[in-house]
Amino acid sequence: MIEKGFKGNNFYKIWLLGLALVAANGIYFYMRQLDEGLGITGMSRDISWGFYISNFTFLVGVAASAVMLVIPYYLHHYKKFDKVVIFGEWLAVGAVLMCGLFIMADMGQPQRAFNILLHPTPGSVLFWDMNVLTGYVAINFVVGWNTLKSEQSGLKLPGWVKPLVFISIPWAVGIHTVTAFLYAGLPGRHLWLTAIMAPRFLASAFASGPAFLLILLHVVKKTTRYEVEPDAISTLSKIMIYGMIVNIFFYSMEFFTAFYSNIPDHKETLQYLFFGLDGHDKLVPWVRTSAVLGIIGVIMLLFKKVRQTEGLLILGALLIFISTYIDKGMALVIGGFIPSTLGEVTEYTITYPELSISLGIWAIGFFTISVFFKMTINIRRSI
Amino acid sequence: MKLNNEVNRKEFLKLSGVAALLGFGGPLAFKIYASGEFDAAESNSKVRYGMAVDTRKCKEGCTDCASACHLKHNVPDHKSKKNEIKWIWKEPAKHLFQDRDYNIEAEFSADMPFLTLCNHCKNPSCVRVCPTQATWKRKDDGIVMMDYHRCIGCRFCMAACPYGSRSFNYAEPRKGIAKLNPDFPTRTRGVVEKCNFCEEIIGTGKNPYCVQSCKEGALTFGNLNDPDSEIRKLLKNNPSIKRKAGLGTEPSVFYLV
Repeated sequence: MIEKGFKGNNFYKIWLLGLALVAANGIYFYMRQLDEGLGITGMSRDISWGFYISNFTFLVGVAASAVMLVIPYYLHHYKKFDKVVIFGEWLAVGAVLMCGLFIMADMGQPQRAFNILLHPTPGSVLFWDMNVLTGYVAINFVVGWNTLKSEQSGLKLPGWVKPLVFISIPWAVGIHTVTAFLYAGLPGRHLWLTAIMAPRFLASAFASGPAFLLILLHVVKKTTRYEVEPDAISTLSKIMIYGMIVNIFFYSMEFFTAFYSNIPDHKETLQYLFFGLDGHDKLVPWVRTSAVLGIIGVIMLLFKKVRQTEGLLILGALLIFISTYIDKGMALVIGGFIPSTLGEVTEYTITYPELSISLGIWAIGFFTISVFFKMTINIRRSI
Repeated sequence: MKLNNEVNRKEFLKLSGVAALLGFGGPLAFKIYASGEFDAAESNSKVRYGMAVDTRKCKEGCTDCASACHLKHNVPDHKSKKNEIKWIWKEPAKHLFQDRDYNIEAEFSADMPFLTLCNHCKNPSCVRVCPTQATWKRKDDGIVMMDYHRCIGCRFCMAACPYGSRSFNYAEPRKGIAKLNPDFPTRTRGVVEKCNFCEEIIGTGKNPYCVQSCKEGALTFGNLNDPDSEIRKLLKNNPSIKRKAGLGTEPSVFYLV
């Protein structure tokens, strides 16, 4: 079945080759990182998690958002998602794959990764995160694979797959909740120490995931002329907007609590992110861009006319995607370390090797997603 | 009515059985919520090592304690703030005690250099988050330990430590060691390290190197669980403060002011 994912025109082959080259470049720099240590990244004693963990956190959200297709289709029998659900599942598989690679890239001693299983520690959220992410990727892969197989053969979906689908629903919520708990349970990191962290993670996931999928499906349509039901696109865009509105609402709650209570620890990071602190403001342009793009995206897509114009819908999805990417990536993770536990501001600058490794991981993710999407399209066309 | 109750009771038992099977409410739940303590008996241990830093005696400009510690423990000096490794060092008072009004509470000034090191907390948040138990609290004496051979370098402990006491080997540590001490292991790249309260020597009744090297007698090491120990007497007779007491980590390093 998988071989069908590699069949395409020259443009598609060049695309895959290009991704492979970016991945190879990433692997080259990863070898250098293995050789020289994480010192070749921009991370430091004060900012001990950087771009890798930012991407990881964002991508867990993208993966979790597949549930926004599974719930309407399987629980509410919304038949128009019939042909779309599998793309959400493939996106989840690709996203979790990238998550795993970003974690590996971030580890100081990756060859010891299995110590997590050798010395299972239920008290550590990271232990649970590894388990739920592994389970999630397995579930989505098995469900997607069997759905496609049954489409191909014209037989009914095997009975044992359905329960997996239903398990995937709370599981999706679980992966992002557990990922939020990585942050929300740490004393002394005030940006993260908030009970609304998991709800915020989910809200932004339900915006960024559908936004990503809308963009991908648009690219698929433009390049392969494979189209999904327009109603499905319209529903997906509504899910995205609701997600983003809730996300912005939750974020503003953080502002209220921090600034109305007037507690310095709670205010400082938000001050750093939006206005700068002690003369340091490297993230300010990014964070403001994120806020502005997110708000513009939501406002423009509130109009039905705009949503129904394909180009504008994709533009809106792009704005929301970029907005959530900045917010849940860099701003959240790096911002959490500023000011440091000693009250100092150390800033973070990504390095070229770090960026290359990250792009390499994205390329591997896109490669996987492309192949799975292509396989699905080719099989559906041959039926 | 009676029947109803019985059904409820049955249901309840069934549910609690399932819950127990799943491990909720059982030993697992205890483990998850017990802050870094994997053994209930631990809190009854006779020994809990701690340190008192007498800020009145600590001499400005002197770094004997840090030099001795870093030399004995092969702590590398990379000459770079980014890759910096430190076990014990001086920090302006305002960084350690951030919620004081230094204009009015004038026992010490904001910029006075204060010594800082791992607090060997009673409830260490770093231990709780470690996915491999590469950092753990020793049952017998409360020292927060590091296993450099088990650490996977995820740096979760660094995010969890509210005191900035942990360092990560971003660079090759052996390259930053000016004079190698063959009696203590060097570390490998990609693992976290921190103060170990000189666990390698205190078993023989010696004081940690920082305490030994302090000519002013500003540092006192001892058993916090022994009411007759020197450190307890000092804490009884002098006003003292702890870093970020409100977080509940219960540091074992006290500052006499």
